[in-house]
Amino acid sequence: MSITKASTQTDIDQIASMAHGIRHRVLEHTVKNNGGYLSQACSAAEILSCLYTKLVNLAPLASPLEPRDFVNVPSKNFTEYITGAEFHGEKGPALDRLFISPAHYALVIYAALIETGRLTEKSLEKFNKDGTTVEMIGAEHSPGFETTTGSLSQALSQAGGVALARKLRGESGKTWIFMSDGEFQEGQTWEALAAISFHNLSNVRVIVDVNRNQVDGPMEKVMSIEPLTERIKSFGWDVEKIDGNDINQILAAGSTFQDKPKVILGYTDPAKGIEILKDRPDALHYVRFANPFEKIKYNNFLKAWK
Amino acid sequence: MAYEIVKRPHVENFVRWSKFKPEVVVLSADLTSSCEVGKFRDTFPERFFSFGLGEQNMLGFAGGLAREGFEPWIHTFAVFIYRRPLDQLEMSVAYPNLRVRMVGFLPGITTPGGVTHQAIDDVNVLRGIPNMTILETGDATEVESVLDVAHEVDGPVYIRMLRGEISRIFPKNEVMEFNTARILSTGTDVTVLSSGISTEEALRAIPALQEHGVSVQHLHISTLKPFTDPRVIESLKSNKYGVITMENHSVIGGLGSAVADLIAEHGIGKKLIKIGLKDTYAHGASQKYLLHKYGMSARNLIEATEKLMDKNLKISEEELSQTRVIDVHSTAKAEAL
Repeated sequence: MSITKASTQTDIDQIASMAHGIRHRVLEHTVKNNGGYLSQACSAAEILSCLYTKLVNLAPLASPLEPRDFVNVPSKNFTEYITGAEFHGEKGPALDRLFISPAHYALVIYAALIETGRLTEKSLEKFNKDGTTVEMIGAEHSPGFETTTGSLSQALSQAGGVALARKLRGESGKTWIFMSDGEFQEGQTWEALAAISFHNLSNVRVIVDVNRNQVDGPMEKVMSIEPLTERIKSFGWDVEKIDGNDINQILAAGSTFQDKPKVILGYTDPAKGIEILKDRPDALHYVRFANPFEKIKYNNFLKAWK
Repeated sequence: MAYEIVKRPHVENFVRWSKFKPEVVVLSADLTSSCEVGKFRDTFPERFFSFGLGEQNMLGFAGGLAREGFEPWIHTFAVFIYRRPLDQLEMSVAYPNLRVRMVGFLPGITTPGGVTHQAIDDVNVLRGIPNMTILETGDATEVESVLDVAHEVDGPVYIRMLRGEISRIFPKNEVMEFNTARILSTGTDVTVLSSGISTEEALRAIPALQEHGVSVQHLHISTLKPFTDPRVIESLKSNKYGVITMENHSVIGGLGSAVADLIAEHGIGKKLIKIGLKDTYAHGASQKYLLHKYGMSARNLIEATEKLMDKNLKISEEELSQTRVIDVHSTAKAEAL
């Protein structure tokens, strides 16, 4: 077990500052728009920062890209359709691919792309505005997305198909999937875990934001998925359980592999960095301010934040 | 009319057809021999992928493979393509307009497997899905030639496929053509449009109708979506008494409904009688029994014609051409459901 040589203290500081930037941008957006997927930024900021900087080998972009305007959905009559994967750079046999599974994290993904220099700063102004691809729940034309996974748990199977195709072509690049823990309530996830293991797709890497919260509240009150580590292990995967807000642990888990597909379960704090979220009742999926006082409270927190 | 009976044509034909198409891969959900791709599995094991009983995941894998330039041919029973994994079919395959071919066996009442195995509303469900192309096979020639038709489509294709002992109604060299109806007879009294196995059933009744002086225009339909063939539109106009559709499917949302749309959209103003399952599930029994039980037989076409013409044609049972009875336990039938 070793951290990759590139992960110096400077790198870790840089990732930490990037994670802060993600939270800051999402909080700013949430206050301005009186609502947003704020908790997901708190839980996933370190995971996404590590993925985009150190773990996933994506081709660099010369400069941040502008999000495209929406033109049309894919069809045989619309051949100019361009997927949001362009924000992940050119594809290549030795390069990695990254699939974002929980499309409800779109706001957080856009913030991460801005922080990593792949999406222009002003793009968040287009979030959920008519006629843009910067949609509230990402579709495959939205920045950073390659599949349409607003209906949850469908990315792992699709990425499995991509990984199988890459294996058939003898490509060395890995196929990464970022997932949310709620998706482990869906039967399809377990079908996909079985199939990826059965077909020996050992270049598949899954990293999960285990924030233990879903729309109806804490997962243990809605539908428990534990013991997740043991369950996934029994499907033939390498599983590593870590603190998903600890950059050192994420980088270490993301750099050490056996000859089998791997799931990294990052247990995270859904209020990390914005502790006033803990004052809210058990409803963190989408933060909408209950009254003007709450909005002032978050605005004051934002202003006081360095 | 006695047709040549072809035994399991897909088995050899698919192997031959895919031999020099390395991008063609087969995805199966534990129904490999039942869907007549056991020989493909044994001939090209490196292009065959087993997914067990997990159709939702299989549809997603198919999408991923298609995104990377492979052409996945899913082989399973039709019900397991459009019922359980419909969300995956829509979001992982249809929305991105991927070149996934979904070969659905046991359309309608072609199986004694009962309600769980009988795809009676698949055309209805899938016709509403953007980007989908829907093809249906009606004989051995179409089972063989549907492969080329599907292969050319830039997007997802769903095929209502036949297996086992299949009549060869159309000459082997008269292959299926995309969005092109076969004109089986021309006439001026009534227009009959049939699809799938209903065409063979219609062909039992039409000679008797003609014997009794009814001038029948008969078209066989093998492309259910898109449904824009000018031959079809023309046939709907050129009849004196009206139109009859005959399909191995619910009368809601299938061929009959597609025809109704055309009649209305083109202001044709003809009466339409839809022969098919009348908004009901069926149950497990033989095809011959079910065709009679649910009013989808040659006799029902005679009755529909009489109704349109308001005339008793006095056609006896003996005048209808012989029904072909398939032995459920014949050796050509896949051993398992």
